[in-house]
Amino acid sequence: MIPAFNGLEFGIVLGMFVVVAVIGFAATRWRRGTSLASLEEWGLGGRRFGTVVSWFLIGGDLYTAYTFVAVPALLFGVGAAGFFAVPYTIAVFPLVMFAAARMWSVCHEHGYATAADFVRGRHGSSILALLVAITGIVATMPYIALQLTGIRAVIETMGIGGDWPLWIAFVVLAAYTFTSGLRAPAMVAFVKDILIYVMVLVAVIYIPYKLGGYNVIFHGAQSALAAKGYSTLLSGSQYLGYTTLALGSALALFLYPHAVTGVLAARSRNVVKKNMSLLPAYSLMLGFIALLGYMALAAHVKPVGGTAAKPDTTTIVPVLFNDEFPHWFAGIAFGAIVIGALVPAAIMAIAAANTFARDIYKPYIRPAASDREEGLVSQIVSVLLKLGAVAVIVSLKLTFALEFQLIGGVIVIQILPSVVLGLYTRWYHRWALVAGWIAGMGLSVYMLYVTPSATTAHFGNASFALSTWGLHTKMTIWTGIVGVVANLVVATVLTPLLARLPRGNDETKPGDFGEAEAPPIPFGPGPVVSQT
Amino acid sequence: MDQQPAPGRRNRLVLLLLLLPLVATLVPEFYNFDKPSIGGMPFFYWWQLLWIAGVAVCVGIVYLATRSTR
Repeated sequence: MIPAFNGLEFGIVLGMFVVVAVIGFAATRWRRGTSLASLEEWGLGGRRFGTVVSWFLIGGDLYTAYTFVAVPALLFGVGAAGFFAVPYTIAVFPLVMFAAARMWSVCHEHGYATAADFVRGRHGSSILALLVAITGIVATMPYIALQLTGIRAVIETMGIGGDWPLWIAFVVLAAYTFTSGLRAPAMVAFVKDILIYVMVLVAVIYIPYKLGGYNVIFHGAQSALAAKGYSTLLSGSQYLGYTTLALGSALALFLYPHAVTGVLAARSRNVVKKNMSLLPAYSLMLGFIALLGYMALAAHVKPVGGTAAKPDTTTIVPVLFNDEFPHWFAGIAFGAIVIGALVPAAIMAIAAANTFARDIYKPYIRPAASDREEGLVSQIVSVLLKLGAVAVIVSLKLTFALEFQLIGGVIVIQILPSVVLGLYTRWYHRWALVAGWIAGMGLSVYMLYVTPSATTAHFGNASFALSTWGLHTKMTIWTGIVGVVANLVVATVLTPLLARLPRGNDETKPGDFGEAEAPPIPFGPGPVVSQT
Repeated sequence: MDQQPAPGRRNRLVLLLLLLPLVATLVPEFYNFDKPSIGGMPFFYWWQLLWIAGVAVCVGIVYLATRSTR
């Protein structure tokens, strides 16, 4: 069923898009330094963002179309297991608080702009840095594509045919990101988040009121899920999958280039740490948005698009809004989802482009590149990444939005030993870390390859069925956890064995990682005494 | 308080607060129940939503205890 086109809805979404584009272009002038023509200024906003701007930027960065579209679609499809996104976005803050602060300090001290920069300086290994850079870029590309599926879900629901709105949205986005850099999504994030908070607040009060309360919603969802063999509670065999998916996603989140960019753009170490206790406000929003999946079940929402066998469930939230809200408010909510996808797409493209310019172009293609040239390469690559993402989405007609993100997480977590352990210890040998990466990545990709979905034979899901290995159980485990454990075991076993090979030069000093504070993990180097 | 503990030791104890939200939300055995429900929302859901506030408080306290004074 194709929904009817509504001029008012379309006009509101278009109007919001234009306002955001104007803000994006105007952001060039905002808190600008001497010149935008360097990676520091264009790609990190001059590292001058305070608590409030960082909150909007990192929040706008981490809580993406995935939040608004893919998580409710998952609850709509499989019930309680989809709620893993809530423990995931709770666990992430205590887990990364100190690591992010140490990362900020050492990168600030040495002018590192990416995780790969840090790895090169810390482990003295250009191969390891290259692996980290490539891992980050490859993991980010499906994440950018995921943002597009969010926009497409809205377009489909508005009854607009064709892919031209996606192209227009991303060409305009590419244009203002090219001129304004990280300042554009930082400024647009203010608008985005205020709109999203309004939308969620209205949705979680108004829709339950219309449907007859949360009691009706959970009962309706339970009976709809039971018909498909799922439930609003976990079954015993789902525990392991739920825990490892939440924990693994939390460990992976701040390894993404765009998350590192958000942290490094902060003005001070305190800004980073303070935000770890302020950012959960977004998780609350995520939790309520997730429940929209159950509201859609209780309201008997029919997804649009996709095929009869595999309907495009990413459209359920837009369709729910279309059915339940008056057109003017549905228009505002749609606009919020579109802008909510554009902000992270811009930051992701900037972060991946920074990584390319700093860690692949400069060391391997043009070692003599000036700061200006490095910045320009980053600008151009950010445009190419966005247009490439549209081309992939349009040509492949992919509909499995969340799987993109889950596979990206499986890939990106393989740099955890090099980056996060590197923040605490130099015990690991650089070649052992390389070998660990190869083992972890190889195992993960193999496990993804042998996992089928309902419609494909390979790369179906990031949850690996233990029965594949002959275990008599229905339990699944998040593939990335298995991969990163293999990675850590190989790196740990090989480090003493490789002791005869030369170790890399470490250009960091213990005092570069921050002031005296207790190490949050047991094998850390002990309290660092401030040098100043 | 008549005796100030050494700053390093006090920081270490405060860090235990970071474990609370992890244990409370990553072990489904603790909360995979229907009852008690609040306003029709099963325990499974409101317990995890409540811990969003919990993690903000825990991390906030750790921040205040360990922030840089520069």
